[in-house]
Amino acid sequence: MIRGNVIIAHEICKGCELCIAACPQESLGLSEKINLKGYRYAVLVQDNCTGCINCALVCPDAAITVYREKKHAKGAAADAITA
Amino acid sequence: MEIPPLTNGFELVYKKPRTLTETPMHYCPGCGHGVVHRVLMEVVDEMGIQDKTIGVAPVGCSVFAYDYMNVDMQEAAHGRASAAATGIKRVLPDRFVFSYQGDGDLAAIGTAETIHVVNRGENILMLFINNAVYGMTGGQMAPTTLLGMKTTTSPFGRESGLAGHPLKITNLLAQLPGAYYVTRQAVHTAAAVRKLKKAIQLGFQYQSLKKGTCFIEVVSNCPSGWKMTPTDSNKWLEENMLPMYPLGDLKTPARSMN
Ligand SMILES: Cc1ncc(C[n+]2csc(CCOP(=O)(O)OP(=O)(O)O)c2C)c(N)n1
Ligand code: SF4
Ligand code: SF4
Ligand code: SF4
Ligand SMILES: [Mg+2]
Repeated sequence: MIRGNVIIAHEICKGCELCIAACPQESLGLSEKINLKGYRYAVLVQDNCTGCINCALVCPDAAITVYREKKHAKGAAADAITA
Repeated sequence: MEIPPLTNGFELVYKKPRTLTETPMHYCPGCGHGVVHRVLMEVVDEMGIQDKTIGVAPVGCSVFAYDYMNVDMQEAAHGRASAAATGIKRVLPDRFVFSYQGDGDLAAIGTAETIHVVNRGENILMLFINNAVYGMTGGQMAPTTLLGMKTTTSPFGRESGLAGHPLKITNLLAQLPGAYYVTRQAVHTAAAVRKLKKAIQLGFQYQSLKKGTCFIEVVSNCPSGWKMTPTDSNKWLEENMLPMYPLGDLKTPARSMN
């Protein structure tokens, strides 16, 4: 399985949960803590992210950055960004 | 359990576009406006047209769009974004000019400007964010409000005898010879966001051909005005908005060459 990872800007996040609903892997959930705005923010709750970028595409606050495990074949990352 | 982020041995596959500013957006949690802003700026970044793009912001929740998009922008009077964009494009024809408007702005107070801009075939890209209410002022009924839909000014649901029918202004505009490319998209799923991006790319590319107006409706949500959670609002959109406002192209260059 392709391994991915997301970094969520938790002070930008408004806890709308749209990324959670969009994740095919159910990798995301809401934090127990709240951020400075008072929102529970999105966090990874399972180590099974594939780096599909669905969460980042639906995030209204552009809070999500996505990484994917490096492949030996070049060009895979560029394809993903323009997908 | 929170998994700590790991980036060793990983490569970047998605980050927010550079042309979207660092200013946190004021929109309510889950509001589609933020997604449209981001996708628009992704296209500007990828086409390398930041210094050639001029946007016109509306009156409505997206009135501060110029704070979030790092391109030249002009604020217009309520409903008049496409009229202001007309002037800008005529004076600076080599720029990529877009207008950005809600349904109250574009299809109520600005109906006359909207129709005549498209009828004249102005070479601009018009973005129309249809969330079926006046979001900014508290969720009042808009021309695009669905029949039976409860808003602050139709508390028992919109009734056609009193308030007319939902106005499919995009379908009306597609009839006009000045319209070159007319499409209806959405942002409620990742697949819809990908399609919207392709449409915006086409809208900007066609602008260089000087063949007429490109018009993109985005069926969007207003969780606050609709009094729903963001996830419920997207489900409601899919079940109620999309049957009335089906997604897809209404006019494409190939089909309009008849
Ligand atoms: C001349 C004038 N009339 C009325 C208003 C009040 N007003 C502000 S925004 C708005 C409508 C906003 O709705 P829409 O265009 O759908 O944008 P949204 O907030 O839903 O994105 C109205 C009627 C105004 N600001 N100026
Ligand atoms: S990148 Fe894909 S798999 Fe990973 S958290 Fe986001 S939606 Fe889930
Ligand atoms: S979609 Fe964005 S703002 Fe909403 S919960 Fe996820 S990271 Fe936060
Ligand atoms: S009122 Fe509606 S349209 Fe305005 S920011 Fe809130 S959710 Fe978005
Ligand atoms: Mg509206």
